[in-house]
Amino acid sequence: MIRIANGQGFWGDWLEAPVRLIEQGPIDYLTLDYLAEVTMSILQKQRQADPSLGYARDFPPLIARIAKPMRDRNIRVIANAGGVNPIACAQAVRKLAPDLKIAIVLGDDVLTRIDEFVSKGYPLANLDTGTPISTIRDRILSANAYTGAFPLAEALATGAHIVLVGRAADPALTLGPLIHEFHWAETDWDKLAAGSVAGHMIECSTQTTGGNCQVDWQNIPDLANIGYPIVEAESDGTFVVTKHPGTGGRVHSDIVKEQLLYELGDPKNFIAPDCTADFTTIHLEDVAPDRVRVSGICGRERPANLKLSISYANGWKSIGTLVYSWPQALEKAKVADRIVRTRLKDLHFDEIHTEFFGVNACHGPVAPPVDPPEVQLRIGVRSSDRKAVERFTRELIPLVLSGPPGATGYGDGRPPVREIVAYWPALVPREEIKSSIEVLG
Amino acid sequence: MTIPLSQIAHTRSGDKGDTSNIGVIVYDQRDYPLLVRELTAERVKAFFGDMVRGRVERFELPNLGALNFLLHEALGGGGTVSLRIDAQGKTLGAALLRMQISNDE
Repeated sequence: MIRIANGQGFWGDWLEAPVRLIEQGPIDYLTLDYLAEVTMSILQKQRQADPSLGYARDFPPLIARIAKPMRDRNIRVIANAGGVNPIACAQAVRKLAPDLKIAIVLGDDVLTRIDEFVSKGYPLANLDTGTPISTIRDRILSANAYTGAFPLAEALATGAHIVLVGRAADPALTLGPLIHEFHWAETDWDKLAAGSVAGHMIECSTQTTGGNCQVDWQNIPDLANIGYPIVEAESDGTFVVTKHPGTGGRVHSDIVKEQLLYELGDPKNFIAPDCTADFTTIHLEDVAPDRVRVSGICGRERPANLKLSISYANGWKSIGTLVYSWPQALEKAKVADRIVRTRLKDLHFDEIHTEFFGVNACHGPVAPPVDPPEVQLRIGVRSSDRKAVERFTRELIPLVLSGPPGATGYGDGRPPVREIVAYWPALVPREEIKSSIEVLG
Repeated sequence: MTIPLSQIAHTRSGDKGDTSNIGVIVYDQRDYPLLVRELTAERVKAFFGDMVRGRVERFELPNLGALNFLLHEALGGGGTVSLRIDAQGKTLGAALLRMQISNDE
């Protein structure tokens, strides 16, 4: 049996979590997932500004904190902290932890190959909308393939303490060590599917151990000290989801079900780079407090294509807010919204979106009518015309003096203009993506 | 009689681009047939009204006592494009819990 933990579910997750996972009990592998759909584009912009950046900057100081126990207890880290610049990330780690060996998995970055792919006849059309790539070709900022677990297993075979990758698929971070430990073959579809489900289960960290959980949430113990998830995996593809004893939170089949369904598409066709998993075959069993056994998972052949994560510049946006109080709070906010829209009517916007926070911002038409004691007017605009967005930022705050009575909450002044870096999923034949491994140390 | 969905099920929701996914899970496996009967894709689409501009797909996971819904074009463009406070649809699962369903035999 091997224990694989996840200590970061996104860039911004609790920085103490990986340290606690190591201190509070046994683990063999620590996975750290830093990348969301739009993270690559943010990192790409950082690399454009400074060629030595473009990776998750939380990562090197974290490794410095855990380097000693990693060495002493042979705990190995698999992280997608490399972003768009894994080599620079590895060099930064080496400066802080010079005696750790790092294996870097390269090959996911295809930014310079877009024209080559198009000339070979791959459409790279937007997977969601079918829009042709030509509409954004000159605005592309980053392009990375979601790569699989086998290169990660190969990197572990070098004996490295740390395996660093860019845009590997999230579940691959967990599947990689399973392939390495249990020597699963490229056609062991059921086992590869099981390992991918295990990865999906822990990749959003504490969403499996009681965080963001609707079931009995008021009574989930000690969220301040919540345990991060661990899978105890067997070579036959079965595993137990758990957390360290004595930590807060809860692991229960109800909670595990919520996470299994999180960001899921067609459950019979969960497409990972290394296999297709069938979520309708998953069997869960509460075998002990905070221990859920997972078995029965069936898989099928891996997809012929790999998914690309392409990001591109898509205009500008700004979001501004004002607060109105009772009486007639909602009516005042609605009048203020009309004034702003009247003042913007001659400018080009792709969208002007108004929400009344405290009334219906989250639930829209589903929210029941109320007479709220206070309302935040929240107006967002986006446009390919930056000047139009800038004009918006100057039209909201003056309403404090010239609009309906009692406006407040304008203390931060004019809202900032932000460039929109949008996400473009596409497919490319898997043969086009060749991973390679570079070892430092 | 009618009951709110919250009486028999819990949810978790998230995003894939401009598509919101809502997982709906029964507390008690015996309520699963009721869930399948009452919570159709058409009703979920009608429930959210103009919040969901695209189609609604439904998938069944009897092994988990769960349904998975995909709400297309439901997040104002999704990700960084969306101007919504809940651009990832994190609260749409909770919104669905208000839906009234019939628990008649």
